[in-house]
Amino acid sequence: MISAHLPVLQVVVPLVAAPLIVLLRRGLVGYVLAMAASAFVAGSALSLLADVWHGGVISYAIGNWPPPWGIEYRIDAANAFVLALLGVIAVVVAAYARRSVAAEVPAEQHYLFYAMYCLCLAGLVGITVTGDAFNVFVFLEISSLSSYVLIAFGRDRRALLASYQYLILGTIGATFIVIGVGLLYMMTGTLNIADMAARIGAVEARRPVLAALAFLTVGISLKAALFPLHLWLPGAYAFAPSAVSAFLAATATKVSLYVLLRFYFTVFGATFVFDALPMGGVLIALSVAAMFVASATAVFQADFKKLLAYSSLGQIGYITLGIGFASKAGLTGGVVHLFNHAVTKGALFMLAGAVALRLGSVRLDRMDGLAKAMPLTCAGIVLGGLSLIGVPGTAGFVTKWYLVLAALEAGSWTLAFVPVASSLLAVAYVWRFVEVAYFRPPSAEVARLSEAPPGLLLPAGALLVAVVYFGIDPSLTVGAAARAADALLAGIR
Amino acid sequence: MTEVLHPGLLLVAAGLALAPLKGTARAAVALVVPAAAVALVLALPDGVVWRGTFLGYPVTPFAVDRLSRMFALVFAVMAFGGALFALRQESRVELPAAFVYAGSAIGVTLAGDLVTVFAFWELMAVGSTLVIWSAGTAAAYRASMRYAMVHLAGGVVLMAGVVGHVAMTGSTAFERLALDSPAHWCILAGFLVNAGAPPLSAWLPDAYPEASWSGTVFLSAFTTKTAVYVLLRGFPGTELLIFVGLFMVFYGIVYALLENDMRRILAYSIVNQVGFMVVGIGIGSQMSLNGAAAHAFTHILYKALLLMSAGAVLYETGRRKCTDLGGLFRTMPLTMVCGTIGALSISSFPLTSGFVSKSMISQAAADGHLTAVWLLLAAASAGVFLHAGIKFPWFVFFQKDSGLRPPDPPWSQRLAMLLFAALCIGLGVFYQPLYRLLPYPVDYVPYTGYHVVEMLQLLLFSGLAFFALLPLLKRTLTITLDTDWFWRRLGPAAAVVLARAISRADRGARGATLGALRAGVRATGRLMSERGGLGRTTSTATMVLWVAVLLTAYLVFYYVRQP
Repeated sequence: MISAHLPVLQVVVPLVAAPLIVLLRRGLVGYVLAMAASAFVAGSALSLLADVWHGGVISYAIGNWPPPWGIEYRIDAANAFVLALLGVIAVVVAAYARRSVAAEVPAEQHYLFYAMYCLCLAGLVGITVTGDAFNVFVFLEISSLSSYVLIAFGRDRRALLASYQYLILGTIGATFIVIGVGLLYMMTGTLNIADMAARIGAVEARRPVLAALAFLTVGISLKAALFPLHLWLPGAYAFAPSAVSAFLAATATKVSLYVLLRFYFTVFGATFVFDALPMGGVLIALSVAAMFVASATAVFQADFKKLLAYSSLGQIGYITLGIGFASKAGLTGGVVHLFNHAVTKGALFMLAGAVALRLGSVRLDRMDGLAKAMPLTCAGIVLGGLSLIGVPGTAGFVTKWYLVLAALEAGSWTLAFVPVASSLLAVAYVWRFVEVAYFRPPSAEVARLSEAPPGLLLPAGALLVAVVYFGIDPSLTVGAAARAADALLAGIR
Repeated sequence: MTEVLHPGLLLVAAGLALAPLKGTARAAVALVVPAAAVALVLALPDGVVWRGTFLGYPVTPFAVDRLSRMFALVFAVMAFGGALFALRQESRVELPAAFVYAGSAIGVTLAGDLVTVFAFWELMAVGSTLVIWSAGTAAAYRASMRYAMVHLAGGVVLMAGVVGHVAMTGSTAFERLALDSPAHWCILAGFLVNAGAPPLSAWLPDAYPEASWSGTVFLSAFTTKTAVYVLLRGFPGTELLIFVGLFMVFYGIVYALLENDMRRILAYSIVNQVGFMVVGIGIGSQMSLNGAAAHAFTHILYKALLLMSAGAVLYETGRRKCTDLGGLFRTMPLTMVCGTIGALSISSFPLTSGFVSKSMISQAAADGHLTAVWLLLAAASAGVFLHAGIKFPWFVFFQKDSGLRPPDPPWSQRLAMLLFAALCIGLGVFYQPLYRLLPYPVDYVPYTGYHVVEMLQLLLFSGLAFFALLPLLKRTLTITLDTDWFWRRLGPAAAVVLARAISRADRGARGATLGALRAGVRATGRLMSERGGLGRTTSTATMVLWVAVLLTAYLVFYYVRQP
């Protein structure tokens, strides 16, 4: 009986947990509740994914108001995949947060941290499950506002500036999204995404629809940190507390990209966006720019978390490149990279947090010889780095494979070289760390350090196991991504 | 899956296990595991051993046939000999890295599909880079970086080719490929990078001599010879390879003649020898393919032997330049003898392993009526004798007395050299077992009067030429000659001058390119560092400006393109 309500419960549970934590005002209670909420989301997400695995669609009417009048939660293979990703990451990050937050956030604020964490999770899950365009905006605001707070928890005072910049930019993005949704509502008279999709073709006046597309594209690109609207991201990821960096890097941009997919493929229709308008070309051009410019910038960073943040921007380029092809192979590559990059970068930010815990800094010039003092942490970073590069046997390779395949299907040898050539830049920035940590004698400061505690290593290790497992046997992730691609391409008009 | 153990993965695993080990345990693992790998390879059954699927394509990561077994065997033997030679190596990284390197080379030979080839290919690049780096010097570090860059770039091209091939044909199987699509060109280019083919041949002599005294021994065996293996399997009979191979043959000779570093001489001669094999692959007859495979097999053994003797000299004296060495035969007789056996083998002296393999390639060229190729190969054989056959042992062990009196190296190195010297002679005398390993049936007899006389003539005259050219090769050394030698010297002298000019122009061009690259990287670094335009924290206003710009751009763009 309860399982019928899973779509709504996984939003409600973290949403209710948040005020409960604030009321109880205890850090430990907050942690337990956050963990429980995350675990619940993970469990229900996986069960929902299993339900829609064979192409079904789950429609849930909130308050029994049937769509398109009431708000509908609608789960197909595409968002079930994102949902599963959210749940898994949430659990792992929650496990990691216990030790990391204790070190990085003052004890009296712990309960606030966990409350915000639950809110952010609720927002992200809400964006993903909802089938209502305005609801997307509402949950986007919930997740954004809570993530501004989460970033501001960072010890570094620059965290405040980063959070402020993200707030301004995020608000602009959200405003654009709501303008876009408003225009669509004006033209179609509905907010239900499926209903909108059915009616948009009949709209006579195309200009408002085009304006809606422009506003939505820019708004979502901002939230997804798509080049050149990425400038807020490096600061936000670099100065946030480690657990927040890991959580946001693995989930927030990914959910935004899911929203982009949903609007492009389900609402506007791939034919309109990619054939009538050459959005494919634009996306590909911006992706290529991101893959090279952002990755090259990563090479020259002195702060390891900033390096990872710039690398994320390049990796987002991989995802949008796949979307830009608008083909089965391209979408499979893009969507599977949502997952591959989430687990990889999540693990890397966690390990960066482990370094920060021991060393008190993540500046590369202070990490000389770190591998001697923290062998497991450094080995983990190298493994994650290999996946960023896309070495065979890691998850990153699978993505590269599909992107090259999609480029060749699209008949472009130049684009086929793009993902592989940009991985050379990834080699360069991963090498920065390897050189410092492995090839230099430990400084006196580093030599005194001990290995990071298991509370940090185990969650990161769990994600790294996924990185390797889904690199060797990607049938599960690729299967889910291919189904998601099918679901997105199903309504191709 | 069956119960057959993959010898390559066994070596890779042993490499990882070796990393923390010390002392006797380390030595035991280092010797027992490669020996076990040799036994495993010998017992491999024919056909596909492991099957699987990757991304929906059937793959065969472990498949065996005659060709792959032969290469896997010599790689495993090499891993054993190299490990024995390197027992006293103090670097904690080198031997584990070398095992990963050797194991992945075997992995390539036993891969039945291109995806597995690519995976092991990349692992091989990592292992070999670490081997170079583990020498521990600043020069080695820089060399390892340059080496890694070339190989990663090669890997990029190879991966694009592999995916393109799979996209086109829907099959991952590693079979003969025709040069009929960009994908196959990419695959060929990726393979050739590892073979040391032009225009990137320089990575090899640049990197290998920077490795430690034992590291170079490993390096000489695997990378180029896996490239020969994949070319044999993928591109037999591709005519282009004849020209590529001939270029490599002469590139190696010219530079080796001019070089002073003993191990760099030998590194250039790797390019040269691989050139012979590539020519053989390009000719594409059964005889020439057999010859290329056999030559790869024997080359691994004698080149390792040569580099072992050079390594032993380096180990004992710490010197690597021919001008700093000389006269070592007095106190390092065993090293001298072994080095000379290696030198005779590389020169294809009758009764050594080189003779029974290289002559097959020449014979195939003759059988195919490729007169020019045959002539060039014959000339090159003389050149090989000049630079590797005489120059190396002469300058290192004889020549002037450098005053050095180092002893022969420790027992482990002596044993390794003796083993490989015995193999070189053994295969030269009892060549039938080698011929039985070859991919195609052999009806070739190396020891006919014609072959032997031809080769001896060639060697004799080039030997004479060497001593005639000595004053040019090394000015401090004077040898009195009769006047009638002068007119004979004019021609060779012109050749040497020409070679010097070519090498100078080549170095200049490469220097200019590298300089431009370096300047480019520096400029990019300034732009993208924390203070640079692209890397610094931008003001909120700038970010918002970008939003406005992009929104306007989209709106205008959509209205213009309005469907």
